[in-house]
Parts: sequence; structure tokens; C-alpha cells
Amino acid sequence: MQVLEDLFYTKSHEWIKFEDEKTALVGLTDYAQKELGELVFVNLPEEGEETKAGASFADVESVKAVSDVYCPLTGVVGTINEELLDAPELINESPYAAWFVKIEDITDKVELLSAEEYEEYVQKETEE
Amino acid sequence: MLIFEKGQKGRGSGILPACDVPVVMPGEKDKRETDLHLPEVSENDISRHYSELAGKAHGVNDGFYPLGSCTMKYNPKINEEIASLPGFTEIHPLQPKETVQGCLEVIKTTEQYLCEITGMDRMTFQPAAGAHGEFTGLLLIKAYHESRGDHKRTKIIIPDSAHGTNPASASMVGYTVLSVPSTGEGLVDLKALQAAVGEDTAGLMLTNPNTLGLFDKNIDIITKIVHEAGGLTYYDGANLNAVMGIVRPGDMGFDVMHVNLHKTFSTPHGGGGPGSGPVGCKKFLADFLPSDLFSEDFGDKDKETSIKSIGRVKSFYGNFLIVVRALTYISMLGSGGIPEASKHAVLHANYMMSQLRDIFTIPYEGNCMHEFVMSLSDLKKETGISALDIAKGLLDEGIHPPTMYFPLIVPEALMAEPTETEAKETIDRAVEVFHRLYERAKSNPEALHEAPASTPVTRLDEVGAARKPKLRYNFQDNGI
Repeated sequence: MQVLEDLFYTKSHEWIKFEDEKTALVGLTDYAQKELGELVFVNLPEEGEETKAGASFADVESVKAVSDVYCPLTGVVGTINEELLDAPELINESPYAAWFVKIEDITDKVELLSAEEYEEYVQKETEE
Repeated sequence: MLIFEKGQKGRGSGILPACDVPVVMPGEKDKRETDLHLPEVSENDISRHYSELAGKAHGVNDGFYPLGSCTMKYNPKINEEIASLPGFTEIHPLQPKETVQGCLEVIKTTEQYLCEITGMDRMTFQPAAGAHGEFTGLLLIKAYHESRGDHKRTKIIIPDSAHGTNPASASMVGYTVLSVPSTGEGLVDLKALQAAVGEDTAGLMLTNPNTLGLFDKNIDIITKIVHEAGGLTYYDGANLNAVMGIVRPGDMGFDVMHVNLHKTFSTPHGGGGPGSGPVGCKKFLADFLPSDLFSEDFGDKDKETSIKSIGRVKSFYGNFLIVVRALTYISMLGSGGIPEASKHAVLHANYMMSQLRDIFTIPYEGNCMHEFVMSLSDLKKETGISALDIAKGLLDEGIHPPTMYFPLIVPEALMAEPTETEAKETIDRAVEVFHRLYERAKSNPEALHEAPASTPVTRLDEVGAARKPKLRYNFQDNGI
């Protein structure tokens, strides 16, 4: 499992890359994409939509199932990564480059984990 | 090979009687610009073509089919015999009521029987399948709130152990879905439910027993919590086969529900079965039901159609001949046989589960109802063989796989429902096959990754099919 040092993570397996205090990119972790398997479809929110920390804001579909993706941040969807809509396999190929959305005007967030804490969390979860 | 690729130019089927009316051709502007592609085949070709296709499929008549939550029970032949009586087949939905009283009586009697089994007061037979029933039932809930001027109720609460169609149906009706988690026991988390309900709760959708095959013992508390918040309760009848004639959704506190005739009441499944998902409701919702309900004397339907009705959800009376089959099934079993069937369904599932405990993890303790869920997580960690690989391996043994990767709350899930119509020997053989596949996963996992080998098509590229689907047959590419 790959974890990047300069990112933040959530317990629901999203990564967050802050550009500044009010702006961040959000995507799915390497662990999440491996667990989900080959992705065949992605549903993203619309630009301008408000997001609520902890609420579902996108979904990904594998041949097994559809899974919700949770937004770790309260804010506004600034840009979506339209490339993913036509090529969901990018999430499998390079999860940390395949950002889902850019969230702007961030006012709140869920509990975020550091790379080290996330690694520990996943390890614990898989042992159970 | 498609039927279009068979046959010869000019070949055809059947001999039409001489035309005894003047021939009128459409004008030039109404004619097609290109010829219509019709297969030019003889009746013999057609017959063989479809027999060949049937041979490539797997149905309940071919072998064991323990597809969880689908209740793939045997469809008794007497159902077909009764449904093919000319009095049922040679009718038209628009013919005068007095000439089809027998057919109306079939619908009315089935309604009475199903209401007795479910604890509902009225029922419509229009919905063509389970999810269509969910949609119809939710429309009733919506119409009810709106009739009271209560427009703030926009959310439907659905436990995470519910059927996948539930959230989809709620979205179709324009509701927002709120998911509530299950406890470690696999039941609805009452605290989370209490926190989820409120002034915006339109209702709750629940399957009981749930998709884990567990009966939620708190069901009366669950429906009470929703009712106290002003919401209504919807029972997904998909798992009714576990409890028919024993406990009634109406008595558990449900206001609306659907019944899957093609599951619980032994009518054919899918692939143009056709299905049937009648929706029942308590008296206070009856005025909202779709039109074409009957009065007690099978009189004029218009007098019965309430102005509050949500309107039609399908033409006429739904899939009528399926209702005939369901009534035949209920009549054959009788009030003694109906609960007996459910008890056997539960017994068979528990027997099968007990025989598989030694190789697969059963994530929730205790007895199951009519189906059970196994987790193959440990096997996957140890051998790399997933639930999918085991499912594919079953195909080589002439067994239809259980439902895979559902419910989502169990990793590497296989959900099996043997049904009451399978003999002990059939279940024993399936158990033996599972054990053999388990051994093979340990000794020769590579071979299992390649399974199935003996089916008309082997391991399919499911990812490729989903990412780059070919949805259209191109005649030109095939030289036709």
C-alpha cells in the first residue's frame, strides 16, 4: 500500500491535499482502490455544489458494487476532474494523481490523519 | 451465432391463409428507406436456435440455484397448467366486465389471500416486479404526506443491510436516502435510527429478515420510532419466504409493502418471467393505490378509483397470468402448507450453513432465517482466492453461484438461499462441492482463477464489458 507523506487522510479512505488553508484536492487512497478493485464508473458532484464534511458527495462503481465516497471537507466544489468520468481506471492506476474534486472556501473538516496515522489505522483495520 | 446469421434469403416460416381483404400499401413517404433486417429462417431453425440458447443457460430446471435473496424455488408445473386454461389466456383487458368475472375473481381472491398472509388491507397487482413495487409503495407514502400538506418530509431511511434496490427506488421518487448502520449483531442500530428520524422523515424501508438472513427482533420498536417521528414504514417483501404464514409485516408495524410473486409464490423469474410485485397497504393508504382495484362485487372499476389515486404504474391489471400462477401455488399449499414451506426454507438454510461453518466464516452468530451470508476474507488472505473465484468454480459443477459481494457490510460475501424445494441430497452435494473448491483454493489456486472451464463461455472480462460495452449489433460489420 502506498501512502504519500505530504497528504492528509480520512478513516473512510480519502486523501486530502491542501493547496492553502481554504483550498484542497480530494481523492481516494491507494488502499481504497485496491479494496474496491477495477473501477468502471465514477459519479462526481457538480461544480458549485456545497459539500458537508462527512457526507457522501461522489460514488465509484466496480464490477462488484457501488460505493459512496465521503467528502472530508465542508466547502464548495470548485473544479471536478472531468478526466475521471471517461477514464475511471486512472483511479486504479495512480490514485494520488487522480483527484476527484477541488474544494474551495473550506470552513470545516472531519478528523484528518497524517500519513503515519493512516498507515497505522489501515494496518489495524486489516488485522481485525 | 445470432438468429440473423442463420437461415437463407427467402426462407420463412408458416403459411399464411389467403388474404380476404383488399391489400393497401403505405404511401411512398411512409415507407422505410432501407430494408428491415428480419431473420429469414424456417420454423425448424427457430426452434433449434432457441433450444440451443436454452441449453447454454442455467435455470431452476437445470440445477441447484442458491442465489441469495432471490428465492429461486421450483416452479410447479400445475401453475403452468392452470395459467394456460383458455378462460385465462384468451381474454382482453378491455372486454366487458360481465364476461371476465372469473378472472376478476382470481385477482380478488389472490388479493384476499395475500392480504391475509401479509397483514395488509388492500393490494394492487399492477407493479411488474419488486423494484417497481418499491417505487409504487413510495409513491403512496409521498402521496399520503402531500395529502396532509406535509411537504417537509424528504428523506427515506434505509438500513445498510437493506436491498440494493431500496436506495435506487427512493431516489426515483425524489427522496434523499439516509443510511443507518447495523450493530455488531447485524440488526438495525436503534440509537442511530432514533438520531436519524425527524420532521424530514418520509419513511423507512426495511427487509426483515434482512440481507444477512437475520430477523430483526426489535422490529416493533423500529416501526414505532419511525411512526412517532411521523414517518411511514415500507416492508420490502423480498425475504418473505422466511416468514410467510408465521409472522405478518402488517403486525410488525408496516404500512406498505410489496410481495415478489416470482420469489415467494413460485412464479417464473426474470428474463421475461414476467415478474410481479403486488403492493399492499393498510386501509388509511388504500385511496392512494393505483387505479383498477375491484369492488367486492367485481363491478365498475371507475367507482372504485379514488380521486387521490397515484394513477397507473402499469397498463391494466399487471401481469395477470402470473397472478393466476401465484393463486394456484397458494391454493395447492393451503393455510397449512404456506407456513410449512417457510419453515423448511429456514431449516434448509440453517442446515447448509452448519455444513459450511468449518471452511467459511459466518460473520453473525446464531441461527439464520431462509438465507445466510459467508465471508471468504480469510480464504482470500491465505490463498488469493476470492468469493468471485469460488462462484466461478461452482459453475463448472453445474451449480448457480450464491449472490456475491452483497450485502456490502460483509467483505468477500457469498449469500446463499437454498429454498425449501431442494432435497437434502442436493444441498449435501453442494456442500461437498464447496469443500472441494476450498481444497482446490489451497492446492491449486491458479486453476480456480481460470474457472469456469466447462461452460459455453469461460471467465468473462467483466471490467472490459463495463468500461467499453458493445451495446449494438452492427449488421454491416457482419455482412448482413
